[in-house]
Amino acid sequence: MTVSFLILAVLTVAGTAAAMGLRNAVHCVLALTMGFAGVAALYLQLGAQFVGLAQIMVYVGAVAILAVFAIMMTHSPESANSPVFSSQWSWGCIVAAAVFAVLARAICSSAASAHVQPPQPDATVQQIGDALMHRYVLPLEIMGLLLTAALIGAVVIAMDRREEMK
Amino acid sequence: MTQAIDQIFVLTKHWLVGLVPVGAQPLCSAILSVAAIIIVFATLFAITTWLERKGLGRMQNRYGPNRVGPFGLLQPIADGVKSLTKEDIVPITADHAVHFLAPVLLVAASLMGYAVLPIGRNMVLVNLNAGVLYFFAVGSLMELAVFMAGWSSRSKYSLLGAMRAIAQMISYEVPLVLASIVVIMQAGSLSTVSIVNMQATYSGIWPHWFVFTPWGFAGFVLFMVAATAESNRSPFDLPEGESEIIAGYYTEYSGFKFALFFLGEYIGMFATSGMAITLFLGGWSAPFSFSFLTWIPSYFWFFAKLLALIMVFIWIRGTLPRLRMDQLMNLAWEFILPMTLLNLLTAGIWHFMPAGSLRWLVCGSMVVVPCILLSSRMKHKKKLQVRIYHYSE
Amino acid sequence: MIGEGILKGMAETARNFFGSYVSKDRLVTLQYPEQRDPQIEAARSFPFLVCDGGDWQQAMRCVACQICEKECPPKCIFIEKSKDKKPDANGKLQFYPAVFNIDISVCMSCQICAEVCPFDAIKMDVDHDLSSDDRFGGLLLNKQRLAKSNEYYNSIHPTEAAAVDARLAGERARQEAKAKAAAEAKSAAEAKLAAATPVQPAIGEPR
Repeated sequence: MTVSFLILAVLTVAGTAAAMGLRNAVHCVLALTMGFAGVAALYLQLGAQFVGLAQIMVYVGAVAILAVFAIMMTHSPESANSPVFSSQWSWGCIVAAAVFAVLARAICSSAASAHVQPPQPDATVQQIGDALMHRYVLPLEIMGLLLTAALIGAVVIAMDRREEMK
Repeated sequence: MTQAIDQIFVLTKHWLVGLVPVGAQPLCSAILSVAAIIIVFATLFAITTWLERKGLGRMQNRYGPNRVGPFGLLQPIADGVKSLTKEDIVPITADHAVHFLAPVLLVAASLMGYAVLPIGRNMVLVNLNAGVLYFFAVGSLMELAVFMAGWSSRSKYSLLGAMRAIAQMISYEVPLVLASIVVIMQAGSLSTVSIVNMQATYSGIWPHWFVFTPWGFAGFVLFMVAATAESNRSPFDLPEGESEIIAGYYTEYSGFKFALFFLGEYIGMFATSGMAITLFLGGWSAPFSFSFLTWIPSYFWFFAKLLALIMVFIWIRGTLPRLRMDQLMNLAWEFILPMTLLNLLTAGIWHFMPAGSLRWLVCGSMVVVPCILLSSRMKHKKKLQVRIYHYSE
Repeated sequence: MIGEGILKGMAETARNFFGSYVSKDRLVTLQYPEQRDPQIEAARSFPFLVCDGGDWQQAMRCVACQICEKECPPKCIFIEKSKDKKPDANGKLQFYPAVFNIDISVCMSCQICAEVCPFDAIKMDVDHDLSSDDRFGGLLLNKQRLAKSNEYYNSIHPTEAAAVDARLAGERARQEAKAKAAAEAKSAAEAKLAAATPVQPAIGEPR
């Protein structure tokens, strides 16, 4: 555990914790963004450049902005009087505990916890590209098709609205 | 000797780093490089404000600043002192923490892009494997800063300006990235250093810059248009359209924070221009391979190209009026985006065709014909209705 | 093509850019503090007080009648009338303003004070280089800063000032003639009085 890892871990955890605890929805999004950035920095620290930068680009650059837009479109800043914690917090705790148990079991039974330092994989951008274009080309194409369909669907919905207005 | 001039900054840094103990060397090296980048580009910002005011003045048959110092050269210093000594006003209902963080994040994000720009031979802060990706990733942080500024001010003008700016930046980020992908396709690398090295070769006296190919030229123009929109420069400066929304997302900023926004905007513009130079204009490589020109250091060429691009930005600002929001969006989605997609195809065909005039003909027509078709379509769609005035006639 | 008009426009700005270096008459900007446009006679900025030559304290036409103070729409004039009387430029004993202040940050240059003044004592100035680093004291003009000579008035509004001077001179001449006639009448009456002693003095004799 290096100093930089500690700093990044604290930033990430603090960001995500603040995202749950803060009252103002926009503050929550900004805190969550800090958490995203911290995770991205952790990826970069582990030498996974592509994943880390994609994380910044997608989560900080797009998802956070999307969330912010969604909040501004739907939520008025004055109505922040509802309690931070849901009344059904017991259910939440049960779900969280279940998720934690599953994750803990998976981590404990995985090879990574066997304390054998595996040789660090050298995942360059080139290799990722090769893998995407050769081995995983079919999933990639299906994803592309799905996303295009979603995009067209969004456009169609938006077009319908405009017709109605006329 | 020419080697020494070319590498003078690299050698100086090595010598300086050698003076400190081994343990502190990586940190010292990083600090030296970052300080150099900040100083150089902040100075360039100061010079550019002067150049811009002078140039715009002359385009409008005015003198421009001519009072402070010879030819008004000390005007940036006067501006800096003025903005430093101004009162820092924060609206009482503003979200103080976010209001404070927004300009800081903007400047930080715009400065981070310089880490992967090769300013000269061996002069790059970090040679990342995914340098271009890094550049666009930190560029997307600017949107967040703009949103923070607009939202935290609690002013309708700020919020509207931020909404406009974000919508514009998201719309133009797509063509910006797509326009640069052609270069990545051709270079087969995301590293800025290897992209420049690939262009710094010559056949005869002509360099192999990507801009000297049909797809490269189209890509360069599209990239520059998208970069203009991305950095909120005229004619795409709707986010700060004075006539409608005062100053957009930085309406509620004053004093030094306002200056920071200004700085961040210009630094971002230099960074995207530097990226355009790296991707299309051969980075630090000389435009001709004459033997008597080899003594000119590589960083000179980079800054000459950068200044030339800045001039073009100023020239365009002095020429074009501001676009309307629908015109802005139509341009992005109906012209620039299809052009960049077609450009990808053109670059692919260029890659797989044998070199020769046929390749030029095919790829050139693949760029020109869609351009003419798309622009004529945009022109035909224009329907101006005759406005009837009831009271003024 | 899409860029045609843009290129045309850019050629135009480039022509302006280089043309401004080649031909000087393109540059129409006046280098203000050094070069100035000739003054327009009808221009006006803020009021000033006219003095008839000599010491400004002595020669001020203002007699502190306070009409301008009452008429001023934004109420930017403040006058304190003197307790004693001093001789004015004609040697006549008059009240004078002990304090006369105009706050030109409030003044709206309406010229009503100059219109209502029966003594032609307040007139409109043309001076507009009034920037100050003190936004309260620097823009509150006192009596000394307001006092300007009649020659100055003649130089900024020649036509108007000539008319005023002519009117004032006519009034003075009339008054002098009246005074002279009165004096003559008086001396004649005295002579009459000396001639015929028990006679009533003439009614309506000037003081």
